[in-house]
Amino acid sequence: MDKNLLNYTIRLGDNCLVLGQRMSMWCSNGPTLEEDIALANISLDLFGQATAFYSFAEEIDNKNTADDIAFKRDANKFSNYLIVELENTNFGFTIVRNFFFDCFQFLFYERLKKSDCKNLSDIAYKSIKEVKYHLRHSTNWLIRLGDGTDQSNRKVQNALNEIWKYTDELFELDDLDQLMISNGVGVDSSEFKSEWKNLVDKALVEAKLKIPQNTKMISGGKQGKHTNSFTELISEMQHIPRKYPDAKW
Amino acid sequence: MQNGSVDQVWDILNQVPDPEIPVISIVELGVVRDVKFINDCCIISITPTYSGCPAIKTFEDDIKKSLIVNKITNFKITKVYAPAWTTDWMSKETKEKLKNYGISPPSNQVVCPQCNSKNTNMISEFGATACKSMHKCLDCLEPFEHFKCI
Repeated sequence: MDKNLLNYTIRLGDNCLVLGQRMSMWCSNGPTLEEDIALANISLDLFGQATAFYSFAEEIDNKNTADDIAFKRDANKFSNYLIVELENTNFGFTIVRNFFFDCFQFLFYERLKKSDCKNLSDIAYKSIKEVKYHLRHSTNWLIRLGDGTDQSNRKVQNALNEIWKYTDELFELDDLDQLMISNGVGVDSSEFKSEWKNLVDKALVEAKLKIPQNTKMISGGKQGKHTNSFTELISEMQHIPRKYPDAKW
Repeated sequence: MQNGSVDQVWDILNQVPDPEIPVISIVELGVVRDVKFINDCCIISITPTYSGCPAIKTFEDDIKKSLIVNKITNFKITKVYAPAWTTDWMSKETKEKLKNYGISPPSNQVVCPQCNSKNTNMISEFGATACKSMHKCLDCLEPFEHFKCI
């Protein structure tokens, strides 16, 4: 069994699962019916992508199933980026967070398509089609809210000021990343940081929003060091399978 | 005894309707990618429309039922991701069926399925299922769904 490929695959799945879970919390709470449906749809896409990664992990592992990976790991075993686990807070906050991550995921999958691992490449080809929709959705709303009323601009600017410190983590590489990049399987996210920044800047100009200065960056997701609300998110998500381990549905 | 033939299995699958849009079959939708026999076992490859499409489970269950009814019992359904599903796989006839059912078929030009007007407005890029968006016709004022082009 290739332990490194397993962990790398699970890591990619974790980002999808955790953001999917956050988006599912908008279901029945959306600002309009259409947005409710949109965010639930995005959630569904992300759950699908997580399933694809975890199913491949199941094949590699030959022991834990995709469901085990999602529902039987403790919070500190999840290796997602912090940005995807941040609480939804309000609609504007959700849009800013999703926008940053959608830009990243789009560029990431573009490169994962060229991975030497065919399974990961296949998932990337499939998922990027969905991410294009997510990116268009978050970009449109970012501009609409940023270039909207004083109040909407203030709210998304405050959100941006809060979220910016989690963006550097997207481009940090740990030992596992380095290893997977060197064997042609993984993606070097540091290589497209400036491309990401250009994509972000372009929308921010249109949205009349500014990137805060002198921000102290925070990271730790890959090492399992998560934010306070993350344990709550995971325990809610895992509640039923943990309480009724043999439940079938 | 031979456990059915490739052609026979395609015929059977052609009778399995899409669970959400029963006027088209799962073959017409492009979900069934391959049918082959290895020894006596029928291997059917299916691909999801969208990664998270909940209908994929129903596809599998419906395929199983149809095969068993037709006395094909030795089979395996596998899920494939590549090549990624695209609406380009839908034939002209299939698109026509969608339109008659009231869904604007996948095309860069959204056309109202009720009055054929091109004067329409998108209400949301996300509809009741992952594969559809919501629109409104500005001529006949009817709301309608459009099968997204991916």
